[in-house]
Amino acid sequence: MANYTLKINNKSYRVEVEEDTPLLWVLRDHLGLVGTKYGCGIAQCGACTIHLNGTAVRSCVLPVSAIGKQKITTIEGLSANGEHPVQQAWSEIDVPQCGYCQAGQIMTASAFLNKNPKPTAAQITEAMNGNICRCGTYHRIHEAVALAASKLK
Amino acid sequence: MVGGGFLLSFRWFESSASPVQTIAEEVNFNSYLSIAPNDVITIFAPNPEVGQNIKTAFPMIVAEELDADWTKVKIVQAHLDTKKFERQATAGSGAMQHSWDRLRKAGATARMMLVEAAAKRWNVSAAALTTDNGFVWHTESGRKLSYGSLATDAATMKVPEGVKLKVKKDYKLIGKPIHNTDNAEMITGKPLYGMDTYREGMLIAMIERPPFGTKIKFAETAAAKAMPGIVEVITFKNKVAVLGKSTWQVTKARKLLKVEYEPDGAVESTTEHNTLMKQLLDKADVKPSRKDGDVEAVFKTAAQVITREYQAPFLSHACMEPMNFFAHVRPDGVELIGPAQLPEDTRKNVAKLLGIDIEKITLQMTRMGGGFGRRQRSDYSMEAAELSSMVKAPVKVIWTREDDMQGGQYRPAMRYRFQAALDEEGNWIGYRMRGVGINSGNSTRPDHFPAGAVANFLVDSIDHKSPVTTAPWRAPSENFLGFAEQSFFDEIAAAAHRDPIEYRLAYLEKAQKTPVGAVKYDIERMKGVIKLVAEKSNWGKNKELYQGFSAYFSHGSYIAQVAEIEMKNGSLVLRKMYAAVDCGVVVNLSGAYQQVKGGIIDGLGHALYGEVTLQDGIPLQKNFDTYRLIRMKEVPDVEVYFVDSDINPTGLGEPALPPAAAALANAFFKATGKRLYHQPFSKEEAMKELTLNQSS
Ligand code: FES
Ligand code: FES
Repeated sequence: MANYTLKINNKSYRVEVEEDTPLLWVLRDHLGLVGTKYGCGIAQCGACTIHLNGTAVRSCVLPVSAIGKQKITTIEGLSANGEHPVQQAWSEIDVPQCGYCQAGQIMTASAFLNKNPKPTAAQITEAMNGNICRCGTYHRIHEAVALAASKLK
Repeated sequence: MVGGGFLLSFRWFESSASPVQTIAEEVNFNSYLSIAPNDVITIFAPNPEVGQNIKTAFPMIVAEELDADWTKVKIVQAHLDTKKFERQATAGSGAMQHSWDRLRKAGATARMMLVEAAAKRWNVSAAALTTDNGFVWHTESGRKLSYGSLATDAATMKVPEGVKLKVKKDYKLIGKPIHNTDNAEMITGKPLYGMDTYREGMLIAMIERPPFGTKIKFAETAAAKAMPGIVEVITFKNKVAVLGKSTWQVTKARKLLKVEYEPDGAVESTTEHNTLMKQLLDKADVKPSRKDGDVEAVFKTAAQVITREYQAPFLSHACMEPMNFFAHVRPDGVELIGPAQLPEDTRKNVAKLLGIDIEKITLQMTRMGGGFGRRQRSDYSMEAAELSSMVKAPVKVIWTREDDMQGGQYRPAMRYRFQAALDEEGNWIGYRMRGVGINSGNSTRPDHFPAGAVANFLVDSIDHKSPVTTAPWRAPSENFLGFAEQSFFDEIAAAAHRDPIEYRLAYLEKAQKTPVGAVKYDIERMKGVIKLVAEKSNWGKNKELYQGFSAYFSHGSYIAQVAEIEMKNGSLVLRKMYAAVDCGVVVNLSGAYQQVKGGIIDGLGHALYGEVTLQDGIPLQKNFDTYRLIRMKEVPDVEVYFVDSDINPTGLGEPALPPAAAALANAFFKATGKRLYHQPFSKEEAMKELTLNQSS
């Protein structure tokens, strides 16, 4: 067990957990931030995607001890009330089916658009290819990323 | 405190999925709806939501007949309540067919009561009043009253019988693309799913389960029990459960379990299943499930006999949210929370397991991260209840992805043999089909086309009982039968040197004009979708494209599909899918499009990659690295067209899936001259000729 102070969504949280605990379970079990989802635990599906210093990272394989002072953003902190352009686009396109993968999709998309605000269709596909949607909402995800990009302009 | 964590401005009981609340001043009209004086209309969604969008679609129907203002409608997921609701179930794409009229009447009856209340207040005849967007109007005098202001009076009115329902042309909500009611919560990460259930004092449980056909020989649990955060390690029902304070601590401790198993019945492998299924196809004296004419005779004299076999592996449902359930067994009753497609079954099974009255069990349905049939089983919810009763604490059972993929309840492995007899002119005179499977039940659908169209007809099936557990998997049996059947028909048309669409239409017409035996599908509707997909896909017009066709009827709905393969930079690519759908009235256009597209993507994805193989009762695929799901790069464009219909709505969660893989395989044949018979396609040598990466 060790103590960690984590910077999550511009707040400080203190937790006492084992060093190898993946951030995913720190968020879910210890901090009540359950928007970040468990899907595979082996960095294959993207359901657990969060931002670490603005970069999309799979929290299921990120040990809490490796985080240090880096800034964490989860789906709960992407915007105050869902008004981030990516979230708005998701809502306008009516993307979610079961919805379980969508927080991870949104976190991947928002980090991607930060780095590449004017992506081509092929770049969107490339960026989103790592996130599985078992329901098959891929067309809408693609459309929503493109729409969000147009909102950013 | 959970896992020794320091909690900052955070309390579990405030964050967990909130219980259903009723606001004091709301006026109840019936099980489905109540209206508050501030005009907010609460509509209860009784059915379990897996992503089929029923939580949005059902309230739309009530609101339509009520003439409610949709922006003032608040949708609340109902708990399991068999006194208020019937068939709170997600199974067989059957909810819409079951509830359509009930929901419409619930809305229309309340509307009528509001009208009566207004008539009384204004002292005018009810016939002089109309309703619109949450108001009752007296057009003559230009007066209006909001539903909220009438609710208290209206609820005291006599409940009218035989209310008039709207006709399609008057719909304002039904048929529109209405957005998912949970969008705001889903895109901001609110707790909605069973996995998100947390309670003070709750223990997390993970369970080690035996390979199929084995039992525990010994279990060494002391090392796991000694780990930090671990509260109990329990051996029960041939399983070992580790219970502790946090998911990670339980995950780690579980790795220290030493469990050895010994055979307890048949310990089976995929290679044996494959041999067995081939043998069963030759078995004599099987009782036919449908028999018309004289099949034996016609196959003896036929000019040409075509025989083809198709095989499918076990599949995991691979719901994005793995299995989980919360149970709190207290002396005075049981609280269940979690994902259940058949909550009534879940409650019954838990009652039986614990030996208590079902009245003492409450069940709160959570939004599900997919279901696909897996959550029709109550194995995982019973585990939670059993463990909670043993440790006398609230317990949430979590299956890891590995548990989920290795824990059975698979789509059965199946093999089909199809035979067609043709005469000299290429006329189709005989049809014989057998399905065999591992715990597949009846793997055939004996009344499917060409029933009625081919005079000599025989269908039967054989089921092998195995310790490998199976469950319904999206479009049970049909998920593979659709592929096999529709691929076979394509071969028959090719053997007869006919265009597959023209050939199909000709035989449908034959079944219409001179039917043999019962015809249990609507031939006009089937022809309708076939013609529509031919038109929309410009069938056969562009010689540069390789098109494949399929058409299938299941769950009350008719779907025809065309897959289009194109030569792009020297490689063959699946470019596009077209679907024409007749599911009667389309309730929610946005949800409907997604059900069809998602069904097609699922059908393609699992046909291409899905497979669980077994070695000595142990499933070899454990996670998404070895059980491949389709990803964005492999998804073709999909165009969906609905037949404009005023027939009562039928299923849509499943019907789009079965024909998808056949459309692809038939297009693949056009492009390469090669047929695909076994799934997953990706393991077929010929498949190397198709580039699955759309962006390459
Ligand atoms: S849960 Fe982390 S990638 Fe799947
Ligand atoms: S919406 Fe269900 S997994 Fe993506």
